[in-house]
Amino acid sequence: MTMSLQNPLLKVENLSHYYGDQIGCENINFDIYNGEVLGVVGESGSGKTTLLKLISGLLCPNAGSVAFDTRIEGLRDIYKMSEPERRLLMRTDWGIVYQNPKDGLRMNVSAGANIGERLMAIGNRNYANIRSDSSDWLEKVEMDLERMDHFPETFSGGMLQRLQIARNLITKPRLVFMDEPTSGLDVSVQARLLDLVRGLVSKLGIACVIVSHDLGVMRLLSHRLMVMKSGKVVEQGLTDQVLDDPQDPYTQLLVSSILPV
Amino acid sequence: MTASSQNKNTNGSMENPEILEGYNFAYLDDQTKRMIRRAILKAVAIPGYQVPFGSREMPLPFGWGTGGIQVTASIIGQDDILKVIDQGSDDTTNAVNIRNFFGKTAGVDTTEKTNKATVIQTRHRIPETPLSKDQILVYQVPIPEPLRWLEHRETETRKMHALAEYGVMHVGLYENIAHYGRVTTSYDYPVQVDDRYIMSPSPIPKFDNPKMDKMPALQLFGAGREKRIYAVPPFTKVKSLDFDDHPFTIESWEESCALCGSSNSFLDEVITDDEGTRMFVCSDSNFCKEQIEKLTNAPLLQNGDGS
Repeated sequence: MTMSLQNPLLKVENLSHYYGDQIGCENINFDIYNGEVLGVVGESGSGKTTLLKLISGLLCPNAGSVAFDTRIEGLRDIYKMSEPERRLLMRTDWGIVYQNPKDGLRMNVSAGANIGERLMAIGNRNYANIRSDSSDWLEKVEMDLERMDHFPETFSGGMLQRLQIARNLITKPRLVFMDEPTSGLDVSVQARLLDLVRGLVSKLGIACVIVSHDLGVMRLLSHRLMVMKSGKVVEQGLTDQVLDDPQDPYTQLLVSSILPV
Repeated sequence: MTASSQNKNTNGSMENPEILEGYNFAYLDDQTKRMIRRAILKAVAIPGYQVPFGSREMPLPFGWGTGGIQVTASIIGQDDILKVIDQGSDDTTNAVNIRNFFGKTAGVDTTEKTNKATVIQTRHRIPETPLSKDQILVYQVPIPEPLRWLEHRETETRKMHALAEYGVMHVGLYENIAHYGRVTTSYDYPVQVDDRYIMSPSPIPKFDNPKMDKMPALQLFGAGREKRIYAVPPFTKVKSLDFDDHPFTIESWEESCALCGSSNSFLDEVITDDEGTRMFVCSDSNFCKEQIEKLTNAPLLQNGDGS
């Protein structure tokens, strides 16, 4: 509502994907605008990750379209682009933070090389520049510069996740996809990471799609919330609205099922 | 003409061992040769691109040059003169046996002299003597995929080649500089051919990389176990990867060759006793001999050269 003057950054229309007879997700519609954080919640198996794959170019949908506002040509269906174009988009304007950092990092090269890889991929050939950019980003994700040349294997889970974030943000993407960025981390680390993500996202004006089953994470990070069940969106709206006044019976159940501490 | 010993004929090549009966010319059957030649033609047409081919089992183990030997067998003709080197040397096991193999199965002349040969099969070196446009250099390649160490999936490396997504190669170089202050890769140093494909030059020392650039001779690469053939056509640009602020450099030595005194050839370090005494000698044995002959103005007595 508030940003209706702008073109959406990502426009998803009637998106469906089926695994044989199984519904992956069905008839999904939403827009994301610059600087907006969209949360997707739902129980496991509700199609959250399928949706994320579909809209991040990793899985071709059976029906519907995903259009991204490219810098030069405006809104374009990412699955109608040629593969080189799509892959270029993925490593420049997009970032993907995986649930398991081992999927998103190169575990056999140092932290600095992991962060600098995208720069080299888009043609930066100056070692000193790559190194200084990498160390800047290491600082931005609140990591010790001494760890720059250490291998990811020696890092804790929270550090790996921060490393993954730095690696993605170094090319200043406009849209970042995060799949359960805080699962598997202990609560104090989760809180720090959430703080960090929130700070970076608002400072850099990055739009973000975050998939999580954790409503606390959503309350903290996302502006808008989408609740999924059995591959369908049952409710969407402003995060506070959805969490404080859920309309759909399933959302009501979900909200009431948070354990009180 | 420096024909050295009596068992060499006038053009400096060695006499054949007995030709074995019952084998097709150069061992491989003609259908196989045709298949390999088609692969070679494709490889030459797309410089640096790895062409898959139906590698045959050869009478030597994988890792001993099965790829190179199949390429050689497919391109060699009756009039060719073959030279085989192993790490620059003409007289190591691998070189001697492959030379004998073609002597026996093809009856072609063989030589140790770089400038006399029309086909040179090599394991891990490029001869010091510059090659001419009438020559073909055949490399034995163990691992043809330069992206393999950083990306293990073949489907993915093929895609990376197809889309020229080569950023990850510089990640390897970055790692080297970050850990050691310089690029420490000293052999099999990746190159970009004709501004397009990244190619593994086979494990030649990076000292030899500049020789590949705009080389007048045709360069063919055969990987038998990995079933790939690739090529660099004559006079093609071959650039070693580097960073702007860490340019590509080759090895250098403070010593010169202890035998011939050459100061611009690739030197091997040879330990000569248990006290750590060492000497540096040319890795290219034929080049070293020629330098000595030039210095002493007399042909050098040779031993073990096919007699």
